[in-house]
Order: sequence, then structure tokens, then C-alpha cells
Amino acid sequence: MSPFFVRACISGMFTHRRIPYLRAMTTLPPTFEKWFARRGWHPHPHQLAMLGAADAPAVMLIAPTGGGKTLAGFLPTLVELGTAPPPGLHTLYISPLKALAADMRRNLTAPIDEMGLPIRVEDRSGDTTQARKKAQRADPPHILLTTPESLALLLSYEDAPRMFAGLKRVVVDELHALADSKRGDQLMLCLSRLQALCPVLRRVGLSATVEDPPALARFLAPYPTLCKILHADPGPAPDIAMLATDARPPWSGGGGRYAIREVLNEVAKHNTTLIFHNTRAQAEIFFHELWMANDAALPIGIHHGSLALEQRKKVEAAMVAGTLRAVVCTGSLDLGLDWGDVDLVIQVGAPKNVKRLVQRIGRANHRYNAPSKALILPANRWEVIECHAAIEAVLAHDLDGDPRGPGPRDVLCQHILITACAAPFGADALFAEVATAGPYAGLTRADFDACLDFVATGGYALRAYDRWQQLMQRADGLWQLRDPRLAQQVRMNIGTIIDTDRLKVRMKGRSGTSSGKALGEVEESFAASLVPGDTFLMGGKIVRFESLREMEVQVSRDRGRKPKLAVFSGTKFATSTQLSDRILDLLHRSPLPDLPRHTLDWIALQREVSQLPRAGRILVESFDHDGRAHTCVYGFAGKNAQQTLGLMITRRMEDMGLGPLGFVATDYATLIWSISHLDNPVDALDATGLRDGLDGWLAENALMKRSFKGAATIAGLITRNLPGKRSSGRQATFSADILYDTLRKYDPDHLLLSITRVEAMRGLIGFGRIDEMLSRTGGRIDHVRSDRVTPFAAPLLLEVGKVPIEGAGQEALMRAEANRLMIEAGLA
Amino acid sequence: MKGYEFIFTGVKLTLLPSGALWWPEERLLCVSDLHLGKSERMARKGGAILPPYDTRDTLHRLQTDIEASNARTVVCLGDSFDDLEASDNLPEVEAIWLARLMAGRRWVWIEGNHDPGPIEFAGTHLAELLQPPLHFRHIARVGAAGEITGHFHPKARLHLKGRSVSRPCMLFDSDRVIMPSYGTYTGGLRTDHSVLSRLMRPEANAVLLGDPPQPIPMPR
Repeated sequence: MSPFFVRACISGMFTHRRIPYLRAMTTLPPTFEKWFARRGWHPHPHQLAMLGAADAPAVMLIAPTGGGKTLAGFLPTLVELGTAPPPGLHTLYISPLKALAADMRRNLTAPIDEMGLPIRVEDRSGDTTQARKKAQRADPPHILLTTPESLALLLSYEDAPRMFAGLKRVVVDELHALADSKRGDQLMLCLSRLQALCPVLRRVGLSATVEDPPALARFLAPYPTLCKILHADPGPAPDIAMLATDARPPWSGGGGRYAIREVLNEVAKHNTTLIFHNTRAQAEIFFHELWMANDAALPIGIHHGSLALEQRKKVEAAMVAGTLRAVVCTGSLDLGLDWGDVDLVIQVGAPKNVKRLVQRIGRANHRYNAPSKALILPANRWEVIECHAAIEAVLAHDLDGDPRGPGPRDVLCQHILITACAAPFGADALFAEVATAGPYAGLTRADFDACLDFVATGGYALRAYDRWQQLMQRADGLWQLRDPRLAQQVRMNIGTIIDTDRLKVRMKGRSGTSSGKALGEVEESFAASLVPGDTFLMGGKIVRFESLREMEVQVSRDRGRKPKLAVFSGTKFATSTQLSDRILDLLHRSPLPDLPRHTLDWIALQREVSQLPRAGRILVESFDHDGRAHTCVYGFAGKNAQQTLGLMITRRMEDMGLGPLGFVATDYATLIWSISHLDNPVDALDATGLRDGLDGWLAENALMKRSFKGAATIAGLITRNLPGKRSSGRQATFSADILYDTLRKYDPDHLLLSITRVEAMRGLIGFGRIDEMLSRTGGRIDHVRSDRVTPFAAPLLLEVGKVPIEGAGQEALMRAEANRLMIEAGLA
Repeated sequence: MKGYEFIFTGVKLTLLPSGALWWPEERLLCVSDLHLGKSERMARKGGAILPPYDTRDTLHRLQTDIEASNARTVVCLGDSFDDLEASDNLPEVEAIWLARLMAGRRWVWIEGNHDPGPIEFAGTHLAELLQPPLHFRHIARVGAAGEITGHFHPKARLHLKGRSVSRPCMLFDSDRVIMPSYGTYTGGLRTDHSVLSRLMRPEANAVLLGDPPQPIPMPR
């Protein structure tokens, strides 16, 4: 079946329509009517509704996966272009994935050809040949399918006004996903540019189910234009349950290896199963274990963002061909093509976020009128509670999500540079234009001027090299590049995706050369921690680290059954605020919901030995274990914030002379061990003290430096590490850390530091969540002293990822290791 | 002076935590690869407009070492300026600052590949300096002995449990010393690079900067 259309009259498709606009149904032109009739298909009501709203300056369609969303977006374009389209670009389609743009071209070409419409459709991405790209700029197709980054690049060329003249519509696919990152902010700035070039441009957004449609609509529409919102029938409620297992889930950890047998049974019972994991490392381990237990030799593949592109493509092709029974995957399959045959989604580990869970569930059964089937596998005891809360939220249609902050200024800096590459511009006009982009509607002129100043001169308090500015103001007041050659560099640097530095992993060639097969990538920090002989998993295989050469990790096949190391990091999600609230609420329900016996017993024991954490208070437990004082702080602020909280509390304990030795954090609590007990947790959790920490010593944290590096790259201060440019071996590069330290020392109010602070509130530092926790609990702290390890704290003792306290501790470690190496080498 | 003390061709030397080398017997302080004016040069060449605070940061460090040691001689081991124009373009405040540091002591500018030939500033300009038994020059020569050089900005990585630390370092064996770069905006070349592996004897050590500096066998 075509992914776009549903067969007409599938048992009562049109009976229970709840959506009022459907009464004003628009009719299709005869060519289209005939074509539908010939295929025995019928358009969805929301597809016709989109046709009815074709003249709206901005419209957003919210439809579940499989709802023929994309055709709904294109139908008005096809109808407008009709049988005698005028030359020139009519519709621009933007998707977050270039693969999606390419497939869309194939899928659109079919109906266009069958209706005999003379409409030209082309896609454009980093993979398009130079010749093709040039031709597209000279003679654009009617419909161009592309990505936000390729659009930004097109807008940086001098001929952009000519290429986009006459553009009528822009269709943004997977708007919900783009809006989650800076890519969305950049796209909206690009749309403001396009709108200035073609004032009649109409915007269309296509989105999966989201928690706050009006907010997403404001993001899309040109401010202050109102955006029309259309809702498609959400379809039947999903069939979702926890996967029942014989074995009890372990006390801690992730991965769900205890349920390999049950997962294999489910795979055997279904056509195609997607097995989602939260991190790449967990996906790798699970895939490995699955293979070892796969006695029936079911064809199972693995797909994640660290694997080599060819390998991912192979798995995708096998999925389309229907030759795979299951794919172990990560967020890399959250978006993308509709796989027709997927009839089961298994989520391994707590989903952390209800919205993402709903979207993943939607990957199963792309038939609009059939319920999606999903099973959730809690990876440990705590996650049993979290999974239960998540399922309740899904069934209650209670989605979560953090409200978007104002448009980030580093992205604006890049936009100013891109604008300057195309043509000289006036500051007033550009400000007016930028302020029409939804995320930048609240931008002050002072903030805009600061960004412009940064781009022009570096924005330093010390105005040292005014002669050498990047942008100069001409006599007529317009700003232009000082050196036109700079445009080339700006274009190379376009985009907002910051990959942490990654290194290619390659099989060692036969003759010891690096000509072997590319397996994928690992983060540079992981590669740096490898010692020859270390083994780890890559694409489901155990490989042995041989050497690091020419910035490539060389490995060989290893025959062992157990890898020494499994950790190469992927995204670490934190449990959302809404889901955390639901968990706290669930713990105090009477009677407790229908949870497995072992979990109910565990909760009861915690209530008896200590108490259950409450929403409006912070529970702190003190106990001794293994000869050390332990403090457990239940903040329910998500893993990133609990981690930051651990850094902050141990710092304060150090000041109090309590000798903190280390800590470990999960989504709900932080466990700290120390020489002496923290007798007065109220002092250590004092809001003012914690906020001061963000300004002071926390600024030296490696995560802050990483945020700075991202902002500095996007804003154009430092250039990306381009492949091939790094191994020159010369001392040309220097670390962003040095720039960060220098700015903190000599220019603490600099724009990039201000941007870095904003970033720290969200993301890996998660200070916003700490702030939220502090205001939620308002200094109300329950302190329980226990004579033994408490039931809820016990799993934390087993948790991996313990953080030793930095500083004096690290220097001591270095001294010891240096001495050991010298003795080993016979030098000391 | 506190730091890492070692004997090189019979001479007692100390690597200071800042990356300067101190020869107490001669009251000689040697620093390499200051790259003063780097941000100015990059801005002038149309590169990134980096925070223009590198020169003052480097001078600060140098001033601290000179004051603490009360050096009689200062040897700048080449690449003291990021290019010759950078020495001309040094802002007046920083030029005066540098002149003040130079006053009352012998100051030797060794030429480097970035700043060949005499520069704007007073002091002695030399291609290399022989102060027996030590031979100061910018780039190491194969077959030389008693040689103190810079140029490569060596850095080394140390693996600890669960983390790894990368630091600029000094390399030395019985023939030569390769100094770390002293300037603020200077990257590094890892010690496992073939150029450094070829230059240094198998038993060479790397001394990681820090307080105190840490010696380890040179990672290759």
C-alpha cells in the first residue's frame, strides 16, 4: 500500500468523525478525482481539509504517523500547479533527514507521472552532485525537497533572490522534531529571510502529536500572523503493556538483558519488531546478547547513529525489503520512512519522556485505523514504577515537553553571517525581519545589536583590532563582509548540529594498513581512554583496539565472548518533569496500582524503613555503609540535574570539611559518600548557595566548556573540525577551552559566555531543573537517619557511572599513575 | 624555584609549572613559542576574531616567572611573535609592558619560523645561542647534543581510571630538551606523532605541565 493513501472505505473509515471542519470538505479537481478513483483510493478527510486551508498564510497539521501527513502537505501544491504549471520554484519542502527528502521525491513522482502532470520534483542535500546543484540554482524545479542546512546554504548565495522569486509555499515536515533543537530556530530564521524575498509565501507545518500545539504554531507562523491548526483523527488508542518476564528485573542498570528470552519470543510471534533503546551502548550490548540466544537464527539487525552510513543503509534496505524480523535501534529510527510491516514496538528501559514514547509507538502498524502495538520492558526495579506511570500517561493522552526558550543567540549570529554572505544588509531591516521568526519574536534590539557587534568585531570589551573586523559598515549604512573570501568559510560552517569530536573506527587491513572496512564512529574521549588490547562492541561485534593512527581507531576482530568495555556514549535522556510528577503521585496512591509483587514489596519496605519521597518536599536519607557516611538526596529532577546537584553538594561538603569522596546520580536521586555525615542538609541545599555555584566554580566544569564550544562553533568564532583537515599534525588548532578560560578571565560579560549560561540551564547541566526543584520544594526538607541502607537508596549503590571528586583527588591520581609508569619503566 | 628538577648534560635545570625552563647556575630563564600577537594576526588574515587577550595573558605569566626568579638572562626560543607584523602591531600598552620586563636584564630573541630575522624590540637577536654546554635554538636538529629547542608544542595524554588528561609537556632525553609552548593560544602536537618519535630516544621522558609537573615515560 502506498504510504500516502488509504484504501477507500476500509471498514467504516468515515463513520466516527469528530472533527468539525470536515463538514466543509473541499472537492478535488477532476484529474485528481479520476486518479484516486482509478486507484480505488480515497483521500483522508484531513488531506481535503488541508486543501481547503490552502490559502491560509500559515497552517499546521497534527497527525499521527501513518496518517498520510505528507501528501496532505503536498496536495494543495499539486492542485495549484495542475496540468499547466508556470516555470519556477513553487514549493519548498524541508525535512530533518536528507534520506527522507530523497524518498519523498520517489513517492511524489509516482502520482505525478500517473496523472501525467508536467511537474518537476528534485531533492537537494549534501549528497547532491555539484553539477546538479548548480543546475538547480539556475533553473529551479517546481518542487524542491531539502534540509534546513541546505536551505541556509542556498540563502547564503548572491542569487538567492532570483532562485526563490515566485516561491508560493514552504512545507516543513516533522516540525515537532525540528522544533526540539537549534535546527528549528535556524530554519525559522531562514523562513523569515524567504518571506522577505517572497511576501506571499505561505507556510505549512506537519507535526506528530505534541503537548502544546499553539506553541508550535507560534513557532512556525511569521509573527504576528496567526497559524491555523488542523488535527487529524488520532486513530485508535495504542495497545500498550509492560512485557511480562519470568525473571525479576535487576536492582539497577539498564539494558534489559534479563528478558532476552521473552523479547525473542515476541519477535518470533510478530512480522517485524522495532526494539528501541535509549543509548547506543545499551543497543549494542542487547543486540550482542540477542544474537547469542538467537537459536532460531531469526534475521535481526542493528541501527544507530554511530554505525557507518553504509551499514545503516543496508539495514534500512533490508527493512524495506521485509527480510528482517527485528531491528535493535536508538533514536536514529525515531524519524524516517514508514516501514509498512512493523507490527510491534518494544521499548527497552524507561522511556523517560512520554511524547517520545508515543511517537515511537506510532512506528508500529502504519495503518491508520489499526491500533499500534507496543511493549515496554523496564530495565530495573525503579523503572517498573516509571514504565507504569508512562503507560498511564500515554493512555491519558498526557504528553510532556519543556517549553521552548527564546531563540538562541548563537544561531542568530550565524544567520547574520549568512545574510552578509548573500548581500550587504541594513541593520534595521534585518532586525525587523528576524523579529518575525516565531522563536525570535521577543528579541530585543539590544540583543540583536550585541549579536551584530559580535559578528562584526568579536564584541570584545577591549576593542583591539577595529581595523580587522569581519563586517564593515559602508558609507550608505549597509553592512558587508570585509573580505568576500570569508563567505567560503561561513558556508563550510553552516548548521547547528554539533557532533562531539568523533573518530572513525576501522578494521585493520591485512598488511597492517588502515584500508580495512569502516565500522562506525566513537567519541574522541572514548578513543582516548583505550589501551591496546581493550575490547568493545561495535555493530554487534566484539573488536579489539589496536592503535590510534591518523585520527582513526584501528581495531581487529576479537574471538572473546565478553567485551571489556561497553561504554561509548550516546544521548543521555533525563526523565521529564511531568513523568517525575506522575511517579511521585503514583507512590502515594492508595491502594497502589497494579504493579508486580516484588515492586509493591519494595515500596512497602521503603515506607517502613524510611519514608516515600513527596512532591512538595526533598527527602534526604543518611546512613552508614561500608564504613562510609552516605547521603541520598531525592530531588526527582532528572539525571542531568541530579548529576549537577551532586557536584554542587559535594563542593559545599568539601567547604564544610566533611570529606566527600564521590557520588552517583540517577533520574530521581543523588547518592553521596563521604568521611563524615552531612548533619544539616538544609544548609547544603540552600537555594542562594546553589545558584552562586553556577556563577562560580561550576563555570569551570567540563560540561560548561562543552556548551561553550558548541555556541562558539555555531556563532562562527571557531570552525568545525572538518574531516581530513585535522590530521595535518601541525599545531594549528587550539582548544576552545583556552578561549573559554581567557574570556572568563578578561571579558566575563562577553556574549558567548552569556549564551553558555543560558545553555547550562537546560541540557547536560540541567540547572533549570534544579531551579524548578528548589521552587517546588521551597526549602521543605525531610531528613531521615537510618541505621541501614534504605530500600530506595540500595539500587544506587550498584549504579555505574560513579563520579570521583575532582581537584585534589585528580592530582593525587595523576601522581600515583605517573609514579607507577616510571617504576614500570625502571626510571624511578 | 619550585618545579621539576632534572640534570641535563651535567647541568641542573628546573621545568617550572608555567612551562618555562630555569637554569639556576646562570640565573637564566628560557621560554619558547610565546606567539605574541596571535589573535591580531588571525584577525588581520581574515580568520576568526579571537578574544584579544592572549598577549596580555602570556605577558602576565612571563612577568610572574621573571619576578619570582629575578632572572639575569631571558631567552625567548623562537616564534616569540606570531609573525613579524604582529610585533609591529603590538598595542602600545603591551609593547611598553614588554619593554619593562626586558629592562635591566640580558634578553635574547632566538629567531623562529614564525618570526625570522630581527624584530621591533631591543635585546640581542640571534639565530641560535651557545651557552656551553647548552645550545639554544628553535627547531631540533638530528644528531645534535645538549640542545634546548621548542617549535613542536608537544602535549601528552595520561590515562587514569575512567578519565584521561591531556597536558602540554616538555620532552627530554640525554641529547635534547623540547620545550612546551608558553603562549596562551597555542595548540599542541601529540608525543606519539612520528616526527617526535624519530627525534627522541626510546628512553625519553615527557614532563606534563601542572603544579608540580609530572614526569612519565614519553607516550609513543
